[in-house]
Amino acid sequence: MEASRDDFVIAIRSAFIQRGNKQRFSLFFLIITSILLLVLGKFNFSAVKFLKVSINEIVYRSSFIVSVPENYIKNSYINIKDHFSYYEEYLELKKQNKKFKSDIQKNDFIILENQRLKKIIDDYLVVSSEIVAKVLIDKQSPFLRSIIINKGSKDNIKLGMAVLDDEYLVGKVIEVNYTTSRVLLLSDLNSKIPVSIEPEGYQSILSGSGKDDGEIQYSKEETKLNVGDIVYTSGSGALFKSGIPIGKIKNNTNVNFFSDFTQLKFVKVLNYEKESN
Amino acid sequence: MSRLGKVKILEKLNELTPILLLYLAVLNEFDFNYLNLPYFSFNFPFILVFYWSLKKPENLGYGLIFFAGLINDVVVGFPIGISSFSYLFICGFAAYLRNITLRPSILKDWLFFLFTVMVVSSLNYSIVVLFFDLNIGYLDIIINIFFTFFLYIIFANLFEIYQKLTTRSATND
Repeated sequence: MEASRDDFVIAIRSAFIQRGNKQRFSLFFLIITSILLLVLGKFNFSAVKFLKVSINEIVYRSSFIVSVPENYIKNSYINIKDHFSYYEEYLELKKQNKKFKSDIQKNDFIILENQRLKKIIDDYLVVSSEIVAKVLIDKQSPFLRSIIINKGSKDNIKLGMAVLDDEYLVGKVIEVNYTTSRVLLLSDLNSKIPVSIEPEGYQSILSGSGKDDGEIQYSKEETKLNVGDIVYTSGSGALFKSGIPIGKIKNNTNVNFFSDFTQLKFVKVLNYEKESN
Repeated sequence: MSRLGKVKILEKLNELTPILLLYLAVLNEFDFNYLNLPYFSFNFPFILVFYWSLKKPENLGYGLIFFAGLINDVVVGFPIGISSFSYLFICGFAAYLRNITLRPSILKDWLFFLFTVMVVSSLNYSIVVLFFDLNIGYLDIIINIFFTFFLYIIFANLFEIYQKLTTRSATND
């Protein structure tokens, strides 16, 4: 019994503490360094921040280059898949187009009326800056859903700015480096956005599910959501301007995003402010 | 090219393969997620680090593994240091298995790998959730562990074949 415990201790010591053949560092030293980095990172120690930003700048660019072959395979796969569904999509789009044409005319009037009313209550926000950015890395890890864009503090990107794909909200900026930034997608488990669900006007919080959809959380029990209800930003908490379309209710509390986060190539990074008279 | 030159190139290639694969894997997040297979995901660096630390530790320096972990954290967006911690722990488990094994068997390695991945993933996600207050889908982790374990045997055989081929070519030349 005593001997087997000794063997165990010797094997552990040899594995973790002794420096192996052709190894410059012992495992124990490097594990302690990792723990130190984690602890200092938790308390936002400036040296760790600087290390992170430096690695970010180099790695994001290298990762973009290294990903070229895989992206080529990925895009070819998506193209082939799309090719088989073109005709069905065409018929569907033709039908939708007809409906949208009539809707646009109705909407023009409503938009103008809405702008006039918002100006009266001093809640009319305009886009103060719009930056178009290219998506460098869009690795949809099952644990964290984020993208890296090629604009950073050099281009006046700031933390919390809204990121849109055409007119649809896709996420917000959570990390800014000098030439790159990280955008947390709405589908991430850690994303929480105040939303308004129309036509009933329910106020709620949209959280990511960690998959390709979102989930309505913290709504009242009597809230009755219908399939097809539209989810917009509510503007609460002054995070984003109200009325940016996000997605549609799929079933129960699940939300199908308008934008396909796996297909993002270019995005708009926006900042809103009150219109100056 | 002279015979000696060819042998040297093959030997160098054999030596550099694991580290090149590891850096390609962390920079590229080689995971087939774009196939959109429901729940499918696996951790290729775990397989790579465990296999090479067990079979040829001299080809995979701990310092380089530590740096690969830092890169992975930056690419994936995890707190810096967490992947290095996981990879180095895997190296430690592999070194322990190597120390206590008299007669190596791929089945034993495979089962020990399951134990390693479970312990390391638990540590990893406990730190992320408890220390950094991040939300993580537990079902995703379990499935990721399962596929990582399941695919280990396939990759281990592929690495073995690759090693045999490069060694044989070097010997024949």
